[in-house]
This record gives sequence, C-alpha cells and structure tokens, in this order.
Amino acid sequence: MKYVIAIIQAYRLEEVKQELYKAEVNLLTVSEVLGHGRQKGVTEYYRGIKENGNLLKKIKLEIAVNENFVKPTIDAIIKGARTGETGDGKIFILDLNECVRIRTGETGNVAIG
Amino acid sequence: MSTNINYGDTAWILISTALVMLMTAPGLAFFYGGLVRRKNVLSTMMQSFFLLCMISIQWILFGYSLAFGPDIGGFIGNLSWIGLKGVGMLPNPDYAASIPHQLFMVYQMMFAVITPALITGAFAERIKFSTFVVFSLLWATLVYDPVAHWVWGMGGWLRTMGALDFAGGTVVHVSSGISALVFALMIGKRKGYPDNVIPPHNMTFTLLGASLLWFGWFGFNAGSALGANELAVSAFIATNTAAAAAALTWIIIEWIIAGKPTVLGGATGAVAGLVAITPSAGFVTPISAIFIGILVGLVCYTSVVVIKQKFKYDDSLDAFGVHGVGGTLGALLTGLFAQKIVNAAGNNGLLFGNPSQLKIQFIGVIATIGYSVTVTYILLKILDKIMGLRVEEKDEMMGLDNTQHKESAYTLID
Repeated sequence: MKYVIAIIQAYRLEEVKQELYKAEVNLLTVSEVLGHGRQKGVTEYYRGIKENGNLLKKIKLEIAVNENFVKPTIDAIIKGARTGETGDGKIFILDLNECVRIRTGETGNVAIG
Repeated sequence: MSTNINYGDTAWILISTALVMLMTAPGLAFFYGGLVRRKNVLSTMMQSFFLLCMISIQWILFGYSLAFGPDIGGFIGNLSWIGLKGVGMLPNPDYAASIPHQLFMVYQMMFAVITPALITGAFAERIKFSTFVVFSLLWATLVYDPVAHWVWGMGGWLRTMGALDFAGGTVVHVSSGISALVFALMIGKRKGYPDNVIPPHNMTFTLLGASLLWFGWFGFNAGSALGANELAVSAFIATNTAAAAAALTWIIIEWIIAGKPTVLGGATGAVAGLVAITPSAGFVTPISAIFIGILVGLVCYTSVVVIKQKFKYDDSLDAFGVHGVGGTLGALLTGLFAQKIVNAAGNNGLLFGNPSQLKIQFIGVIATIGYSVTVTYILLKILDKIMGLRVEEKDEMMGLDNTQHKESAYTLID
C-alpha cells in the first residue's frame, strides 16, 4: 500500500480529478494549502505597494492506493496537472503501513478499495 | 430660485437616488458576487462597482442629453444638454415639476448605472475586463439611452403612444435581460458547464445582496412617483407585496418539486417579484401586486430551472431568466392589472375594461427586445473581432480575480 501526496496548481484540480476518475481512482482527499518552491512565490500589489515572496495557493491531494494502482494514480496526476511551466508541483509517494475502515473495522488492502 | 420646488419631494427623491445607487453596489455586487466561485468574486463585484463609476460620468457628459434631451424623431434626445448645459436647479415640468431638474437627472443616472450592471450576470466568470468596459460604455450609449428616451423622454415614441412603464420594466429589465441572453449565447458556456455543477461560493452574500436590492427598490419604484405623495406610498406597498408573493411562490414550488425550500430560491424569487412589479408599481392595487408576484414566481422558476436546463445556455447568474423574462411578463401584466383609480395619470388595463392597453404594452416589449438584440449582437460581433470577448482558457481556470485584477478575495493564512 502506498500513500500518494501531490501538490498541484490550484487551477488544475478539475483536470486532475477527471483523470483520476478515468483511472478509476475514486478515493481522494483535497486541501487548500500555501507554499512556494524555488521561485519563492509571487509578487502582488496592494494600493501600489509591492509585496515580494507571497506564498502561492496550491492544492494538496492525498490518495491511499494498493500497489497495482500506484502507477495509474501517478500517471493521472501528471496528465491532469502538467502545464510545462514552473510551479506545476510535486508528487510524493510514501509507504503505507496500515489502513482501517472505521465503519467495519476491516484493515489492509480491503479497507482501501 | 423657483417657488415651485417642493422640499418634501426634493428630500424624498434625494433619498431615493441614494437607494437606487445602493442597488448596484453593494446590492447587485453582493447578489452576483456570492453566486460565483471564490476565484471570481472580486471580478464580479468590480463589474458592478466599475459601472457605478463609469456610467456616472457618461451620464453627466452626454448620456442624460441622449435619453432626456430635446427629441429627435421620437427616437433619441439631441446633444443640446451635453455636459448638463441648461440642466439647472429650476424644475423641468415635463419630467418633474416639483424638484430641481438636476435632481431628476441624478435620480435617472442611477437607473442608467444599474441597467448594464444587470447584464454582468450573463457573462460572469469568463469575460475579459477590457472588453466588458468597452461593451458597457457602448451599450449604455447605444441601447439604454435611446430606449430610455422612447419610453420616458419628452417626445419619445412609446411615451407618446401611451405605453405604461412606471419605473423601468422595459427600459431597465427587458433591455438588459434580453441583451444578457444574446451575450450568454455569443460568449459561450463557462468551462465545465453544464456537466459539472458550478456552486455559489457564498450564499450569505447572495441573500445580503438580494435584501439590499429589495431595500433599494423602494427608491427605484416609490421614488418613481417623483414626489413624497400618495402615489409613492401606493408604489411602495405594491413593490413590497410583489416581492414577498414571488419569493413565497418560488419557495413553495421548490418545496413541492425539489423537496426542500432553499435560500437561493427565496432570494431569486424576491428579485423576480421586484422586477415584475417595476413597470406597474404605480398603477396597481396591493391585491393585483400579489397576483403579479405569484405569476412571475411561476414563470421565472420555469425559465430558470426548466427552460435553461433544457436548452443548456449558460446565462450564468440568470440575468435573462429573471430580468428578461420577469421584465417582459411585468410589462405585459401592467396591461392587465393597471387601474386609473390607483393613478389617474396611468390608464386601465384589460381586466378593467381597456384591452388596447395590453396591445400598447406588447408593442413596447417587442420593440425593446428587437432593438436591444440587434444592437447587442452587432456590438459583440465587432468587439469579438477587435478585442475578443472571453479570457484564455487558462485564465478562466485560474479565475478572473487573479488574471484580470491581480488580487485575491480571501487569504488562507493571515
């Protein structure tokens, strides 16, 4: 079991969702986050005053998957999120020790799907 | 200074002017702003606010002269009142005998401001701001000013024919509503519409906006009596009654058909009722206002929920469905429910023994629709060629706040 975390451009969320559905990955947690990478964020103006280094709005996806779904999930995220410009984001893949479905108490692979 | 000025009337119209101003910003700005997604709330509010600024200047420079200046062939006013030349503190008895002419001018200014702002509901979340600015200025000048002249200007052909439009059912709501439909069709659907539901981001804004519209509408309708008098009281009551009846109707239909009474249904119903009572506010009894409210609730619900879904055009915030349809219905119902007992300066409608009034109302609506559609279509064809109507797909996905104004409405942290 793997735990996939992806940080993507906020405006790509719709596309990524569509790609994930196509790959039959239907379990998804989304949160709005702030962050920046090497470019150190954006410059914004408020009443003419320049503010450097503002954190950018990003979307964080968290998806728990069984081994056979790892590649389809990553491919789907890349397909939906890639624009080719800086700021497209990152995907982190972590080993997942255990998963429990609260309703039934099932654990492991069955609990994810 | 003229002794004809009545200072009670003057006080009421000053207040009414401010009330109508309130309808555009914050009223309409919040009503529409709540209905769009988080990423487009500022751009949507900016459109209403910007029009308050731009049309205020247009009206002073030449808009008022085109709409209310000395008549040219029943079609438009001439330019002799340009920059308010000759429009002073003395009352103009053709328009309002007991208040300063400049007060009548500024009261009408707020109507000219809100009318193009209503159209913004049709192209929300995808319009290029620069194109919106040019379109609105041209539309106000080439559509609103002439139509206002036809109906309200001295010598205007519909006024001469006897069309009844107390506070702007055809001038404001039919003209903007039908133009909104043309715009929605020509700019195309928002990305993702209608397969993915595009939910309102803040319904509390929408209810606040709708309630502010209701409040401001007292200035719009009761102010159109142009005096602090019995007629203003009558219009005030008709306005409130129709809004309440239409909102109740909408809520009840939803409750029966969809299972739950919604806030958005109530807010939309109230606005539809206010639109429909606008042309008849000064001509009908409170009981007639209840009927008008119920009818517009039924008809606008059908247009917004049934017809729009069936034809799948993206009139995003229902500028056509509420203002176009409700305005048209209201103008025609004026020809049914108007009574001379309410307002001697008006006329009786079909239900009170004067079927010809309905015919005149019908001509007024058809002329307004035909003219507005034609000019809006031509304007958009030209602007599409020169400037383009909508933003790039990426900009639309990122949201107009960021891409058109480089601002964001809400922060996540701080």
